[in-house]
Amino acid sequence: MADDYDDDDDGPEVVKRFMFVNRKAPYGSIYALESLEVVLISAAFDQDVSVVFMDDGVFQIKKGHDTDGINMKNFSKTYRALDGYDVEKLYVEAESLAARGLTEEDLIVDVEVLSSSALSDLMNSQDVVISA
Amino acid sequence: MSNDIKMLHTVNKSPFERNSLESCLRLAKDGSAVLLIEDAVYGALLNTSVSDQVAARTGNLRVCVLGADLNARGLADKPLIDGVEIVDYGGFVDLACEHDTVQSWL
Repeated sequence: MADDYDDDDDGPEVVKRFMFVNRKAPYGSIYALESLEVVLISAAFDQDVSVVFMDDGVFQIKKGHDTDGINMKNFSKTYRALDGYDVEKLYVEAESLAARGLTEEDLIVDVEVLSSSALSDLMNSQDVVISA
Repeated sequence: MSNDIKMLHTVNKSPFERNSLESCLRLAKDGSAVLLIEDAVYGALLNTSVSDQVAARTGNLRVCVLGADLNARGLADKPLIDGVEIVDYGGFVDLACEHDTVQSWL
């Protein structure tokens, strides 16, 4: 509703907790890139945004992508720009990293690594959860 | 003789999300080749939950992985399973030519 918002710079009156859950590997399908676009758009609305990388989604933020050989855009550097849009809450599920032979040092952005149960609690505290 | 037919199996799905690689490894005959492309290249990584499944067949299958897809995903610095061979696009063509049939595990 238009009445829920004002035009001043002091932010929106309604702030909801949004969580974006990334579960797909990059490049093999369009999900990862599309999800990133949605996160960037949501940043424009000054909401409380969390971004989660779990399952194959952890591969989205693996360091060192070089897509020259597959003729696709390397969008992995865009994750480092999230900070500039005040999207600072990035979480990774520890179990997903371990199953894929990855550690926190393999990732291009600073994240908080959470256990499944801690992530579950965080997910439960959201107003909106969007998964891709 | 049908038993002498050599097959190339290509797999393009992540082994953590689909069972394409698992089925391929179960059905591929000794002496045939498996080429991991696109999201299946994650199956070539060492120290993952599927590494043992792949390593168990590298002795009797030729297991290859497409280098361009590894590099795209930032995996050039990660150790691969022993015996897995990195090939380029030319190597992909060679594999297709060297084998009688190609089975794509989608």
